[in-house]
Amino acid sequence: MSQTYAPLIQAVDISVRRQNLLVLQNVSLDIHPGQIITLIGPNGAGKTTLLHALLGLLPISSGQVLRQPGLRIGYVPQHMPRDERIPLTVDRFLRLAGTHSDAERHAALQRVGVAALRQRFMAGLSGGEMQRVLMARALLRKPQLLALDEPAQGVDVSGQRALYALIRELRDELNCAVLLVSHDLHLVMAATDEVLCLNGHVCCRGRPDAVSQHPEYLRLFGHELDELAVYIHHHDHEHALDGSILESQRHD
Amino acid sequence: MIESLPFFHDFIWRALLGGLGVALIAGPLGSFVVWRRMAYFGETLAHAGLLGVGLGLFLHIAPMLSVAGIAIAMAVLLRLLEKRGDLASDTILGILAHSTLAMGLIVVSFMEAARVDLFAYLFGDILALSNVDLIYIAVADLIILGMLLWIWPKLLLVTISPDIARAEGIHVERVILIYTLLLAVTVAIAMKLVGVLLITSLLIIPAAAARRLASSPEQMAVIAIALGGLSVVGGLAGSWFWDTPTGPSIVVAALALFILTLVTPARR
Repeated sequence: MSQTYAPLIQAVDISVRRQNLLVLQNVSLDIHPGQIITLIGPNGAGKTTLLHALLGLLPISSGQVLRQPGLRIGYVPQHMPRDERIPLTVDRFLRLAGTHSDAERHAALQRVGVAALRQRFMAGLSGGEMQRVLMARALLRKPQLLALDEPAQGVDVSGQRALYALIRELRDELNCAVLLVSHDLHLVMAATDEVLCLNGHVCCRGRPDAVSQHPEYLRLFGHELDELAVYIHHHDHEHALDGSILESQRHD
Repeated sequence: MIESLPFFHDFIWRALLGGLGVALIAGPLGSFVVWRRMAYFGETLAHAGLLGVGLGLFLHIAPMLSVAGIAIAMAVLLRLLEKRGDLASDTILGILAHSTLAMGLIVVSFMEAARVDLFAYLFGDILALSNVDLIYIAVADLIILGMLLWIWPKLLLVTISPDIARAEGIHVERVILIYTLLLAVTVAIAMKLVGVLLITSLLIIPAAAARRLASSPEQMAVIAIALGGLSVVGGLAGSWFWDTPTGPSIVVAALALFILTLVTPARR
């Protein structure tokens, strides 16, 4: 890991208040080039708030966020309202990312598997398609930091696996840092360098294998982990279209 | 016989040029009014326009300038109050619109002589455009179009997703403020044509009509300009041949075009 470089973003002891309620308390975090950092935590834990604070989308009440001057950020928000009022094709939307050639725009869409959507209108995209288009746009900017807020929501398990594999590949291709917000645990744990487990404050942090053994983490997610274990068991095999189990495709 | 045809009169040409000049800026700015849901903001500027007219007459400065000044003050005040975050935009706009209208009525009540002029400002008097007015409109067109072209891609991204724009380092507040100021000046200019009560219609009706015909934001702006121009021509013609009030005729012409677009299939 290239920890020797200066951090892209350095957050020192930041807190965020919303209507006198402390939603984020004393969080410090450095994001280094090439690093994949995942923010996990239950609903309302302040994951998106921390992401927004790091990107400068909302004011912090105390502490300090230092971003490298001219830092290129590719941001994929959690929600993108489908807006019927603006006639906007995917291609026109990509052209707002800067001056890129036709081929570059095609390649970016191709990279995330949605090249066919190029002439479609943004308002007609499904949630998953919108997510991919937003990713393509982020890629086009050759970001130093790719920030993804819950990219896997509404994606099925095999789709999620592919998505996290894609994120790792993109990190290697672009040599960018990746900041992920997620509340699904199992898959994201495998695809990340550092995990920050949040619940208003930082409960625990570190490499995924260490965090997954941490008592604070188990206290927050233990219940879900039990459910997940059952879940994994059921997906240990593939079904044929008629629902029968395909013996030849058993993983273990 | 020849005098009965409109194009032999200078004032008709001035009205036409002035109207087209306003349509040229109302099209793209109005498209953003539609995209950004700012119709009520246009209304507020119009209401505040009356206070501007009153102050202009009271202080003996050109009403177009005093209206522009008040409209800019409204734009800044709105952004400041919105930033506090404890009141919704429509509440703030409601307060600004009606309090400035009330203040405008009080200021005007002090001036017996102003009442006749006032009617022209409420409902517009496009046929009374002077050469000086045309110069004002031409200069405003150049500045507004130039500024708008300059901020266009940023303003578009800010409109589509302020968060993405901010993450990419765009000064969102600044871009919105510039746009709002351009809108304020446009309202001051357009007031002379259709009056404060009908200004918003020039911004939103052609743009709304263009929505169904356009397949890109730029197309929508250009089609809105064309439809606005057609409305001006249609309104002037209607007013000439049927002796109807000109400003309202332009708005009705725009409405007719909008209704026509409703029967065309939407492209999306």
